[in-house]
Amino acid sequence: MKTGQNVVIKGTKDGLTLQLNDKCAYNELIEELTEKLDAVTKDGQDTLITVSVQTGNRYITEEEKETLKSLIRQRRHLVVEEIKSNVLTIDEAVRWKEENEIVSYAGRIRSGQVLEVPGDLLLIGDVNPGGKVMAGGSIYVAGALKGVAHAGCYGNDQAVITAAKMMPSQLRISSYLNRAPDRYDEEEITESECAFINDENQIVIDRLQVLKYLRPDISTFKGGF
Amino acid sequence: MGEAIVITSGKGGVGKTTTTANLGTALALQEKKVCLVDTDIGLRNLDVVMGLENRIIYDLVDVVEGRCKTHQALVKDKRFNDLLYLLPAAQTTDKSAVAPEQMKKLIDELKQDYDYILIDCPAGIEQGYKNAVAGADRAIVVTTPEKSSVRDADRVIGLLEKEEGMAPPKLIVNRIRNHMVKEGDMLDVDEVAAHLSIELIGIVADDDEVIKSSHNGEPVAHNPNNRASIAYRNIARRILGESVPLQQLDPEKETFISKFKKFIGMGR
Repeated sequence: MKTGQNVVIKGTKDGLTLQLNDKCAYNELIEELTEKLDAVTKDGQDTLITVSVQTGNRYITEEEKETLKSLIRQRRHLVVEEIKSNVLTIDEAVRWKEENEIVSYAGRIRSGQVLEVPGDLLLIGDVNPGGKVMAGGSIYVAGALKGVAHAGCYGNDQAVITAAKMMPSQLRISSYLNRAPDRYDEEEITESECAFINDENQIVIDRLQVLKYLRPDISTFKGGF
Repeated sequence: MGEAIVITSGKGGVGKTTTTANLGTALALQEKKVCLVDTDIGLRNLDVVMGLENRIIYDLVDVVEGRCKTHQALVKDKRFNDLLYLLPAAQTTDKSAVAPEQMKKLIDELKQDYDYILIDCPAGIEQGYKNAVAGADRAIVVTTPEKSSVRDADRVIGLLEKEEGMAPPKLIVNRIRNHMVKEGDMLDVDEVAAHLSIELIGIVADDDEVIKSSHNGEPVAHNPNNRASIAYRNIARRILGESVPLQQLDPEKETFISKFKKFIGMGR
């Protein structure tokens, strides 16, 4: 019992948009999609057309995504640009939330201890030599950083490390690494510094104030004051 | 019901055993009933420092494995009248001979009869450390003013803070050489305390007499005039809850006033 269309193909100036019905059975959908794609495919056409797939409120697993993609790609001139769904699993939502939130911890990270968070880390305390802090995002230490800090540890080059007292034994951002000088001169340590990856892919340390221009995305505050 | 205190440090050779022997002696001098427990199985030497080596009949492993009653293994210190006892470690086996649960049971048993149980912890953070910490109510961390020793103390404090039901650890800075601190070749006490950020319960100066007394099997705390001995006695009083100011490390330190008094002939 087919009522209406399960697949709607729309042409826009950017390419084709496939709107897939989110109420019907997945098998029906694949069947109809194959039919319709066969109908629109003309032999001899060689300009590439990008396709955007919208699945509405249907949750598409990674496996199903691959099936859809290969189905469309079989038509030689079609390229899948994106598959959009309105639905997120709870796991994905939690991961997304964790990667985008600041976790704070008040305390001291001692030698041998490792503190790891998926998002940004706000440490209200010191990192002692031999201690390590890791974050998927940026690391803000409101104390003395004397141990190791690894920001963007899942591969985020934009992450930064700030500390009220920056005297780390090692700094790591994404896959880059910077070793501390063998000796710290007490007078050289100025208040509040930040570390980031510069244009030459090196970790450099600068005054905290430069961050505003280098990483404007750090500010999440909206509006004026 | 007594209290069990573990003396630990992470690093070896910073003076855990000497501290245990002297604090035990100092607490006994304060009329407290004390039992020292050596958990350094396989490398025991608290008995040597206490001068009780040749009186050992049974040891900790014998007790745990039920080969003797607990009181049979305790070695009495003759210098005190029934106040100071030692439970020696076994020398013929190793740390794996005892499990943390067994230690806890043993310490709980000893707590019935003694005011203080001082547990001498072996170096390291493995099995021996776990055994030593298992039955303890609180911990004293010993460190010397050296970077390596402070680093290990930091690690141990981190582990102790995770221990359930344990009071926050306290710190002893041992073997301070004042002339080296002054010249900046050694960390000073304030730096160490700030770095580890736990409560300081005592500082002990480096003194030849301490080594001499260990050599002779008579803890320095028996000597009423030695500065290290006074330091240990002060720590014992702080353990008992008294408020005792920290020892002046530099007794000959001249203030401007004393110099001036000397100059005009009023001073000594």
